[in-house]
Amino acid sequence: MDFRLGPSSDVRRAEVREFLEAHMSLALEEQVYRTGVSHDEDFTRALVERGWMAPSWPVEFGGQGLDPEEMVAVGEELRLADAPMYGIGTTMMVATVIRAVGTEDQKAEIIPKALAGEIVIVLGFSEPEAGSDVAAAVTRAVPDGDEWVINGQKMFTTNAQIGDYVFLLTRTNTEVAKHKGLTMFLVPLHQPGVEIQAVFTLSGERTNIVFYNDVRVADSWRIGEVDGGWHAMTVALTNEHAAGFAAAIDRLLGAAETWARTTTDDDGVPRMEDATVREALGRTAIDLEVSRLLQRRVAWMAATDQPIVAEGPMSKLFSSEALSARAQDMVEVVGPDALRSYFDPTAPAHGVIEHMLRFSLGTTIYAGTSEIHRNMIAQRGLGLPRNR
Amino acid sequence: MDLRPSAEQQQLIDAFGALYAKESTAERVREAEPLGFDRRLWTQLVDLGALSMAVDEANGGWGASLLDLELVAEEHGRALGPAPLLEAQVACRLLARTDGAVAAELLAAAIAGERLPTLSPRMPASGVLALVPAGAVATDVIVRHDDRLVVLPLGDDRTLPENVGSQPLADVPVDGSRLAEATVLADQAGAELLDRALDDWLVLTAGALAGMAERAVRIGVDYAAEREAFDQKIGAFQAVGHRLADAATASAGATLLAREAAWADGEEPGRRAELAAMAFSFAAETARDATDVALHVHGGYGFMLEYDIQLYYRRARGWANVLMSPSTAARRVADRRYGPKWAN
Repeated sequence: MDFRLGPSSDVRRAEVREFLEAHMSLALEEQVYRTGVSHDEDFTRALVERGWMAPSWPVEFGGQGLDPEEMVAVGEELRLADAPMYGIGTTMMVATVIRAVGTEDQKAEIIPKALAGEIVIVLGFSEPEAGSDVAAAVTRAVPDGDEWVINGQKMFTTNAQIGDYVFLLTRTNTEVAKHKGLTMFLVPLHQPGVEIQAVFTLSGERTNIVFYNDVRVADSWRIGEVDGGWHAMTVALTNEHAAGFAAAIDRLLGAAETWARTTTDDDGVPRMEDATVREALGRTAIDLEVSRLLQRRVAWMAATDQPIVAEGPMSKLFSSEALSARAQDMVEVVGPDALRSYFDPTAPAHGVIEHMLRFSLGTTIYAGTSEIHRNMIAQRGLGLPRNR
Repeated sequence: MDLRPSAEQQQLIDAFGALYAKESTAERVREAEPLGFDRRLWTQLVDLGALSMAVDEANGGWGASLLDLELVAEEHGRALGPAPLLEAQVACRLLARTDGAVAAELLAAAIAGERLPTLSPRMPASGVLALVPAGAVATDVIVRHDDRLVVLPLGDDRTLPENVGSQPLADVPVDGSRLAEATVLADQAGAELLDRALDDWLVLTAGALAGMAERAVRIGVDYAAEREAFDQKIGAFQAVGHRLADAATASAGATLLAREAAWADGEEPGRRAELAAMAFSFAAETARDATDVALHVHGGYGFMLEYDIQLYYRRARGWANVLMSPSTAARRVADRRYGPKWAN
């Protein structure tokens, strides 16, 4: 057995750190927070120049052919730095789907621009009445000649205000089982009938509600088969298998360590010498280690072509729940000073602990709530019967 | 990265797994209560090399890695092995790290199955060495006294407290003169030697608790998939399935962490001690919670002695708490990361 990521992962990690040293700053971190937009043109351009828009793709498709273990190292470093990667993440996720199931015309139109950082693609899955039960989507797409007419409303379309296309889940058939009547489109956002309404969230992230009123899209922008949208969704979500929040726990731990080392209690004793503080730090370090192991296990299984069943959900479930629990602990351990907000000049360790408390709330909800992941673990992993 | 045991390690797992399947059935575990010692199982473990594998060739063993021992410990925990495997292995490794004829003689006798050494994680207090693990069945106990390590023969003056996990524990009367006259294993560095042994012990116990948790989840799942209430299998209720899913997730994490900690003993010495405390803390909580959930889903049957899950519930608490609590282990993690007396 070997618990190290391969030696080439260490090389990639060092490269990413060097890159972040040059292109990431506290000012940019604050900009991401203040605007609520995890996307930055200069940062994206630097990433493109480095050839890192799709590092896991084969070289002949514009990637760098990094293996899943190298990708773990790259991802850990980018997330630890809170680099503005969200827009790039959704764009490349959709580009990956198009590479897998798109037409030659779609590939030629989208993939070079995505790799060049020239377009932002956003996700239109959730609806007011369809969150975790995403296949219950009712946004309608109705054929009209060689076009489709779309009407409906999508929730949580993050980056829609800077997006060029939305990867849209629509209902095209109401006569069949809900999973079998869905179709995916890549819909240009700059057109009449698209109305974007800002939504602000607890973590500071800006997202949107997007309304579609008689929006027209050519059939050539359909991704996958008519009524075959669930398959395209599955391709997209499979790429999310290695999801986990180890890097966020790492941020929390780093901030708490900084606080404990630089702060004293009322009697002048360093906080780091307090048994309660030490226990909280120890527990956070343990949860970080377990989160990393669960996440790396998924990458190792992908690298060795083993079927991933409950392991992906375990990684997402454990790390998000642990992040929430440890952030709450740490706020209580730090005491009143923990109330000082992220990037408030008076906050300890830039207020990262306070931010992690708010950030953690979303992690147990988006990309499948903890309950959805527990269902998957119970049914697929443990073989328990489905709930009726 | 490679998370699969090697072919040799798989053989080891299979060999010990087969022995436990035959000699540590739930029936045998029950028969061994309340003492928690099955001599036939113990003899066969020693015959299979459970102690000789724990020390290197120079000490008369075959030098298995701590990871090899951890993989065996998982099987031990899965089967609730009523035998002082971990205690004796850790004592043997400690003896192998000390010089001198006394240690060599005791080690050789242990490997031959003639004596059974254990060690105490605690110092004597108020004239008693309390709750010595395996103390009820061991012939000798290694104890720290000031900065020395001494070995005391265990005799009829020990008392055997009944305990929740049906473990072979003993309270051993130890007055000052007995300690002063005891055979010295190490004149100095006793604290370090004991601490190093405790690290091994934490890792192996983590492995045993991870194996125990994994098996307990399986027992709970099997029951929940069979039992019907309100016209459906109870495992279909999310109130049941979700708790088992959490336990299964923690159990997977506990196994990975115990293995990583054992692997680090040879491969990442700088993180060895920190990972040992992490593995123990997490596995102790995991086994505690997994056995609780698995027992609870049995409903009233879980409360009956007849169902095996209670055997797991009791040992999850006993095997862990005889060493330290998860919270104490979390503070030990901090000690290893930041130094015991933190200085700026």
